[in-house]
Amino acid sequence: MATSKVEGSSSLRHAFGGVLSVFILLLIGVVAFSIRLFSVIKYESVIHEFDPYFNYRVTQFLSKNGIYDFWNWFDDRTWYPLGRVIGGTVYPGLTLTAGTMWKLANSLNIPLSVETVCVFTAPIFSAFAAWATYLLTKEVKGTGAGITAAAILAMVPSYISRSVAGSYDNEAVAIFALIFTFYLYIKTLNTGSLFYATLNSLAYFYMVCSWGGYTFIINLIPMHVLLCIVTGRYSSRLYIAYAPLVVLGTLLAALVPVVGFNAVMTSEHFGSFLVFIIIHVVALVYYIKGILTPRLFKVATTLVLTVGIAVCAVVVAILVALVASSPTKGWSGRSLSLLDPTYASKYIPIIASVSEHQPPTWPSYFMDINVLAFLVPAGIVACFLPLSDASSFAVLYLVTSVYFSGVMVRLMLVLAPAACIMSGIALSEAFGVLTRSMKFHITKYFECSHTEAPAKLGESTSTESSAPLENMTKSDTTEKPEVARKEKVARRKQKKEKELTENAHVKPVSAKKEKRPLVLPLEASIVSVFLLIVLGGLYVLHCVWAAAEAYSAPSIVLTSHSHDGLHVFDDFREAYAWLRHNTEVDDKVASWWDYGYQTTAMANRTVIVDNNTWNNTHIATVGTAMSSPEKAAWEIFNSLDVKYVLVVFGGLVGYPSDDINKFLWMVRIGGGVFPHIKEADYLKDGQYRVDAQATHTMLNCLMYKLSYYRFVETDGKGFDRVRRYEIGKKHFKLTHFEEVFTTHHWMVRIYKLKPQKNRIRGKSRKSKLGSKSTSSKSGGMTHKNPWN
Amino acid sequence: MDRRLQFAFVLLCLGLLSSTARSDLVVSKAERLVDLNSHIVRVLSKLKVENEGPDDVSEVLLALPDAQAKNLAAIRTFYSDGKLGFVLPTEPIEPKGMPSDVTYYSIALPKKLGKGKTVSLDVLSIFTRSLKPFPEEITQAESQLVVYTDNMYYTSPYPVKYQSLVFRLPGRVESYTKYPKVELVKSELRYGPFEMQPAFSYSPVVVHFENNNPFAVANELVREIEISHWGNVRVTEQYTISHGGASLKNGFSRIEYQARPYMRGASSFRVLIAKLPARAHSVYYRDEIGNISTSHFWGDSQRTQLEIEPRFPIFGGWKTTFTIGYSLPLHDFLFEADGGKRVLNMTFGCPLDEVLVEKHIVKVVLPEGSKDITVATLFPTKQSEDVKYSHLDILGRPVVVLEKDNVVPEHNLYFQVYYKFNNISLLSEPMMLIVGIFLLFVACIVYMHTDLAISKTSSSYLEKLQWEEVQATVQHIKNIFDQYLAAHDKLESSLRDLSRSGDVQSCKAARKAADAQFKELAKELKPLLTFLQSCSQASSILPKIEELVTKEKEMQEKEMAKHTTVVDCFEKKLGGKDIESRIASQQQKLTSLKQEVESLLDSISEI
Repeated sequence: MATSKVEGSSSLRHAFGGVLSVFILLLIGVVAFSIRLFSVIKYESVIHEFDPYFNYRVTQFLSKNGIYDFWNWFDDRTWYPLGRVIGGTVYPGLTLTAGTMWKLANSLNIPLSVETVCVFTAPIFSAFAAWATYLLTKEVKGTGAGITAAAILAMVPSYISRSVAGSYDNEAVAIFALIFTFYLYIKTLNTGSLFYATLNSLAYFYMVCSWGGYTFIINLIPMHVLLCIVTGRYSSRLYIAYAPLVVLGTLLAALVPVVGFNAVMTSEHFGSFLVFIIIHVVALVYYIKGILTPRLFKVATTLVLTVGIAVCAVVVAILVALVASSPTKGWSGRSLSLLDPTYASKYIPIIASVSEHQPPTWPSYFMDINVLAFLVPAGIVACFLPLSDASSFAVLYLVTSVYFSGVMVRLMLVLAPAACIMSGIALSEAFGVLTRSMKFHITKYFECSHTEAPAKLGESTSTESSAPLENMTKSDTTEKPEVARKEKVARRKQKKEKELTENAHVKPVSAKKEKRPLVLPLEASIVSVFLLIVLGGLYVLHCVWAAAEAYSAPSIVLTSHSHDGLHVFDDFREAYAWLRHNTEVDDKVASWWDYGYQTTAMANRTVIVDNNTWNNTHIATVGTAMSSPEKAAWEIFNSLDVKYVLVVFGGLVGYPSDDINKFLWMVRIGGGVFPHIKEADYLKDGQYRVDAQATHTMLNCLMYKLSYYRFVETDGKGFDRVRRYEIGKKHFKLTHFEEVFTTHHWMVRIYKLKPQKNRIRGKSRKSKLGSKSTSSKSGGMTHKNPWN
Repeated sequence: MDRRLQFAFVLLCLGLLSSTARSDLVVSKAERLVDLNSHIVRVLSKLKVENEGPDDVSEVLLALPDAQAKNLAAIRTFYSDGKLGFVLPTEPIEPKGMPSDVTYYSIALPKKLGKGKTVSLDVLSIFTRSLKPFPEEITQAESQLVVYTDNMYYTSPYPVKYQSLVFRLPGRVESYTKYPKVELVKSELRYGPFEMQPAFSYSPVVVHFENNNPFAVANELVREIEISHWGNVRVTEQYTISHGGASLKNGFSRIEYQARPYMRGASSFRVLIAKLPARAHSVYYRDEIGNISTSHFWGDSQRTQLEIEPRFPIFGGWKTTFTIGYSLPLHDFLFEADGGKRVLNMTFGCPLDEVLVEKHIVKVVLPEGSKDITVATLFPTKQSEDVKYSHLDILGRPVVVLEKDNVVPEHNLYFQVYYKFNNISLLSEPMMLIVGIFLLFVACIVYMHTDLAISKTSSSYLEKLQWEEVQATVQHIKNIFDQYLAAHDKLESSLRDLSRSGDVQSCKAARKAADAQFKELAKELKPLLTFLQSCSQASSILPKIEELVTKEKEMQEKEMAKHTTVVDCFEKKLGGKDIESRIASQQQKLTSLKQEVESLLDSISEI
């Protein structure tokens, strides 16, 4: 009878624990989802920023035309007149995911619009990512750490910044795919099951579909494998975890059109193949070691080493030759800028011009991962205490991602899960130690009050049981060193209250419950737990603040709070709606590339360049036009069949990220291809300025004129609220462009190219111009306008 | 053009004069008031018709030149018999022997008109697209000028004895026909009176005037009314609005628009006002790229007003699209009808002020399972049926589609949709969800309880089975050891009791009982151990368990020894210190043994 009761209670407790953790995970999912809804509540259910608009447009196309048309989609609405093969140049994971979700909902007759599905994809996948983090951390350090890490990841600001509702970008699903791939890798490593290895390749495939960041996986996992081999941790489990991933994963990756043969041709993947070879060599060595006697093995080793080194040298030589023959040494620009942080700003202005490709500042670390930055070292220590394959992977992941996040702000996103896992481990270990010692003290306290009567006997058993305490501290290896230090102090203190402690120790109940009776003093542990809770609370507060204030703005609608309440700046959509309804369907709109995706998605008009910066020359052409004087610009635009020119101007309301502030990049990118645009012509004292001291070239370039046309009439002085000075040239007329639309706050201004002048005059003018340009330029300079 | 038209009409009139009208009716007085304030032209003709012939007449004919008739959106005749007002049916007809480029409408009189009797009729005819912008393109700074052309005389198949014509104008008049009798008073242009004009008299009158009132034209409006019997009527209206006036040339300059908004851009419109039914709630206003933040909404128990601003001011020729949606309480619009039917009573037209709808589509989405659908409208519409799938529908919801072109605010009348609906069908979707989730759980239970192994004889499957058995055995063993420990505790507590009460006998009894229990447990343990020894899979745990058994045995001995010692000492009445010194070594060993046993138990339970 007693047996069944004990059994029943333990299994009940087990079941209760299971249900509780499922429930907690469910709540974590809800938190992860709902903390990202601030943008919908504060603003509206709308797609954010720039790239998400493209993804949204692609999803719309997919849901309308089906998957086969999607693969073959040649988009003629962008990069006019070149066009873009969308099906072959886009990572389809996100689009396919959202498209499938939409289709599923619609086949169940749940009327969701594509937009709604797109807006909520990121929050849904954040919940998935939190659960994947739970699984991964559970494999590394157990359930408690898993739940803590999942809870932390659910609201880490760095991840929120990329996955608020409406932020419909690749990263939204990619982070889930990344964590899940890592989980399956660790799971395979822990179990040695081929089933998980196959799943791992599939998860990797999904990651390849979703994001260019998959190269992180295919480099990190080989690094870990190498680490395991070097530290003598090779096992068949490691082999099963790695070899199928490389073979299947590479095959699957090559199926994604945008990757294709890159999966075997570019240097980013070579590391994995090298490690693939190494692991086979190691496997062979272990196998031979098993069947040979030690003496024979020694002979074999020397034999193989000599041959092997020779072969390796040959292979390496071939590889180096192959790699060296490609112009960028086989590395793509973005990857190179990862390895050499200064690469991009030196050679590729178009990569450097994107703010998220800049290295982060220290405050941005605090902003994005907050207190995790302090918990991470503790987590690393906890990972090292019993260093397993899994925990070494976690450490390696953290270290590499810290490096990458230091190169680009954008990759802070990769660091976030690693930091969450580490912090989860640290917090859970710390709580484990503290609560255990609290429990110990409390039970002791109860025992005390119970055993007051037989004090005599208690006394009798007091002195001789200090030994077990010593024994038990040994078993506790996972504690952090500071804990260990504290523990020493604690023990000293304990000596004073020895009798009481040991009295409790011999009590079977308390001793039985104490698995690892490493104890801290009650007060210290209560205070520590309290401090940890405060720390967690601060983290939560910060996350909620970040989610609500810092990262919820859709950037397409701006708001400002003034004394007379909320003011909404909806100028972008005003302009796009105007273009959509009041221009011809086939009109071409030229703008700086930032607005390309939005123009195609919201205004449904053909653009010259967009945010997929695949053709530098084309972007440089637009940059050149913007930085040329009116007539030259008109010619460039006219040759591109452009009808409208759109500029973003913040000078009236003080919107800082306008085209005048981006002008620097237009000049730089334009000048990079067309040398007659010289940056020095636009600079005064090394600065871009548009006030009275500005250069003549600057005050006559198209961008200046289109931005400030009739601006002086607003206040009579032409005071620019972004630059905080009066503009240089106040009264001027446009000769080749006419204003057709300006939004309510002047943030977007649209101009139309005036029709061509009288033919005969134009002819003579043109020939004159042509002769002038050829005479003034050296023969090799044919690049002035490629479209003429 | 006007002259040519005039010429044609003169010819026509001459031709007509010879032929006699069908009856001997005479219009004794015709006063026309033409309201040119908005872009929808409303002509109110106050007629007094007299029967001069011998026969009773039951219908009165109205005539409209075809040029005007093609722009006619609605025609309505009001008749008052002193107390009550009626709307008389006015239908287009094609009488024989009449000139062909005139369209005729017949008014059926409520009672026959006897000889010499007169009847007063007020005919309201509404014309759209009758104001032609002239010039057709204007700049932002200019005012919009429009031209209106009409017949100076009342076009009628009957002679008109006395008539007058008044144009009500919104503003400045550029030019107007000054012949023969005219006066301009403030914003009214008065022609006439003219007396004794024959039937089909015609003389053109042209007014060229300024009209800056919004020329808002909805090129298409799709109104979807979705009924939910859970208590809600959801209305969604999709507009394509354009400016029907003179188109804008030379682009739009914001600086001019902002600096002098009423001077510059006078012809544009910025705001539209929608008058929604009372208690409208959950209103939204958006377009295909998101919410439009410029709108105001207020309401009281009588009505609800929504003031919307399109994203940009609409100038001539500009276009925009948007969607308005709102919910209404069901009980305000749905009623029980005879024969168990339900009737939905809603307005047909568009709630926006002074908007001409060129293509008006009303879709009434009835709940799934509605039957016997009939529609009643006050004016002819094109009806069709459709099915819409939404919110977990299986059969789909029947949709009644009503289409009408050229809808003006005067069409904002009620129409009725009758249908049969069983309230039980309301529960079908919740039931479906419940069943679905229930089945999901059942599937989970079935999955958990079925053995999905393909081969029942495969080694891995057998291994798995054996492993489960081993685990169960280990669990059992653990329980036995827990009992051992409990027995130890009992012994210890008996010793404690002894030190308090000195009852040696009960202590001895406790020892005996513990001894018996130990033996019993050992018996129980034996088969389990032999099973584990026979199992290959248990090899990893077995050494630990064996160690546990030996340790426990040792512990038993020590415990017994200690117990006997203490009891003996008590029997010999030795002092506390003495006892302590005697059992000290035993105690120490016992504690360490106990610790070892417990840690072993823990390590086993971790497996």
